[in-house]
Amino acid sequence: MRFFEFEAREIVKRAGIPVTDYGFATDAAQAREIAERIGGPVVIKSQVLSGGRMKAGGVKFADTPEEAEEHAREILQLEIGGHMPRGVLVDPKAEVEQEYYAGVVWDGTRKRPVMIFSPVGGIDIEQVAAEQPDKVGRRHLSTILPRSDYQAKEVIAATGVSGSDLTRLTPIVRRLADVFAEKDMTLAEINPLGRLADGSFVALDAHMEMENEARPRHKALLAELGVGEHETRLAREPTPFEIAGEEVDASDHRGVAGNVTEFDGNLGLVIGAGGGSLTLFDAVRAHGGKPANYCEIGGNPSVAKACGLAKLVLQKPGVERIAVMMSIVSNTRVDIVARGVIKACLELGYDPAEKIAFFRIPGAWEEEGFKILDKYGIEYADRSVSLNEAARRAVEKIQGGERTEARA
Amino acid sequence: MSILVDQTTTFIVQGITGREAVNLTRECLDYGRGAKIVGGVTPGRLGREVHGVPVFDTVAQAVAHHGGPIDGSVVTVPPAFTRDAVFEAIENGIKLIVIVTERIPRRDVAEMVELAQLRGARIIGPNCLGVIVPDIVKMGGIGGPARNAAQAYTPGPIGVISRSGGMTTEMSSTLSAAGLGQSTAVSIGGDAIIGSSYAELMPLFQADEQTRGIVIYSEPGGRMEADLARWVTEHDASVADGERRSLPIVAFMAGRFMDEMPGMSFGHAGTIVEGKEDTTAEKIERLEAAGITVAERIEDIPQMIRQKIGAQEGAYA
Repeated sequence: MRFFEFEAREIVKRAGIPVTDYGFATDAAQAREIAERIGGPVVIKSQVLSGGRMKAGGVKFADTPEEAEEHAREILQLEIGGHMPRGVLVDPKAEVEQEYYAGVVWDGTRKRPVMIFSPVGGIDIEQVAAEQPDKVGRRHLSTILPRSDYQAKEVIAATGVSGSDLTRLTPIVRRLADVFAEKDMTLAEINPLGRLADGSFVALDAHMEMENEARPRHKALLAELGVGEHETRLAREPTPFEIAGEEVDASDHRGVAGNVTEFDGNLGLVIGAGGGSLTLFDAVRAHGGKPANYCEIGGNPSVAKACGLAKLVLQKPGVERIAVMMSIVSNTRVDIVARGVIKACLELGYDPAEKIAFFRIPGAWEEEGFKILDKYGIEYADRSVSLNEAARRAVEKIQGGERTEARA
Repeated sequence: MSILVDQTTTFIVQGITGREAVNLTRECLDYGRGAKIVGGVTPGRLGREVHGVPVFDTVAQAVAHHGGPIDGSVVTVPPAFTRDAVFEAIENGIKLIVIVTERIPRRDVAEMVELAQLRGARIIGPNCLGVIVPDIVKMGGIGGPARNAAQAYTPGPIGVISRSGGMTTEMSSTLSAAGLGQSTAVSIGGDAIIGSSYAELMPLFQADEQTRGIVIYSEPGGRMEADLARWVTEHDASVADGERRSLPIVAFMAGRFMDEMPGMSFGHAGTIVEGKEDTTAEKIERLEAAGITVAERIEDIPQMIRQKIGAQEGAYA
């Protein structure tokens, strides 16, 4: 989960890393008050989660509090990358002599955090790494042995930084590594980290991401920062359809029938499990089908839950039929999913044989499942029909339906 | 032969009294020649039995009861307790740990993996279904009840490695139907950091006489496919005369639609496109550059791997 800059800066500040005397405002008058308190030129920065703020006009400089108020008013109305800002950050315009970079990320190959430092900051670190590799220091950190200042010192010294800069930077980089570890971050970055005229360092921007799975461990911090428990902070906010999918999944604790993502096609998908859903979604599209949604069933959900998910998909505007397909199941029961989707059709007044374009879930309790499907005349297949072929048949059926309508 | 486990492997189930763990225990006892489950651990439940398997409060008690080192553990405890359970297993001398639990924070996984490395232990998972050696033994929920597992998995020459538990069975079933059995199938888990990646399992398959080809299931996200491509390239560059070149590999890549949807996560926790390297397009390019064939449809895999094995073995003949 990504933090807004104002939150990330607060996290940095709490870790004992020097920050500027910034303020966060949700309206223009507040922004003016902060600018008055700062009492000099300020920068107004839009608080959105998408990149490219500067280019989009989301970052502006102001010499007076009046100007700050005016800019804040404009920026607060400005949508960037499909997102409205959460507020604006009002930051003193610091006289920076040099910009540095400090960051900690996971290295999935080595399975350890890696500390990164560069005396070339303010730009994308990957660009620096490509153009001036000798200016980027890297060091893996143990997750079970104690962290210590020398690790930060080594990374900084490796880039040629020495003297008082080295001694002043060391605790900053070390503390950033502590934040990364203690707060379960997947990314902790200060860029730029500015050196001021008096030789001191200050974080001028920060980027933090916390692992979703670890959020329960940091409830107090998240509450203090004002992060809502249900904020996903994904590339786009969940739609009402997706929120309804979460409610279906939360309706009882057994298994999964959810993880719904909305698309705008006519073929509703009741699919699973994790890998099977990815495979089936690709296959439907490869055959020219237009999925109305993505979803996942797994872990043996109840009939009620499978029914709830199928109902949600069936009722989605534009959905003509649904396809019920999974990779071979060993835990989820075929008969339970079959009963769930049939119940959904019947309760909505549809003929299951008409509404279910194709059913392909082989595996546990398939004999029982196939019996029920036979009874309702639903077209189905066992494991001898591939996921790809099942998707093709489902698409063919719905496209056949379109042709019929065109003739009528 | 097989990799990781065989019919002599002894293991325990940590969290054995949980609903899913009770089922998993039954399945493993019933499958193949019957797993040697020598104990279960659930704190506070000493003295109980699960399908005849004695339950202990601690791993140390299970080891003492067994009267010698135990080879493995299947860990099915809730995410908040997994790190402790795995540390306990490792510090009691267990060398193979299958972590079934989902939603474990990455830091905890990294700590478990690092301790395992220090102690010479291996972790499979988390968020995985475990390991199966067809007709011999299974360790974990892979394939489900014994009867279902027997329907999908057959013994043979193909090593299967998959980031999806369910797709391990789907692909193995497809291979079986085409007359290609499996030496060992490993569900490695769907998280961003896992104990054993494709590249880390390759040397084991490479050393296994029974295995003649590898089939993998891949997804967007992470560097695991790039690491495999690098392993193959480096292995083949350094292979000595008479040593086996990299086994032929066919990969299936799911989640191609995700390339167009950066920042969205689908399927598994580790499945997200954050940078260019996470995309299926980039992964396919890297795999193919290393000589790994990427299948578009699962039903094409048997023919592809058969052809690759034939070509490689023909070259040796």
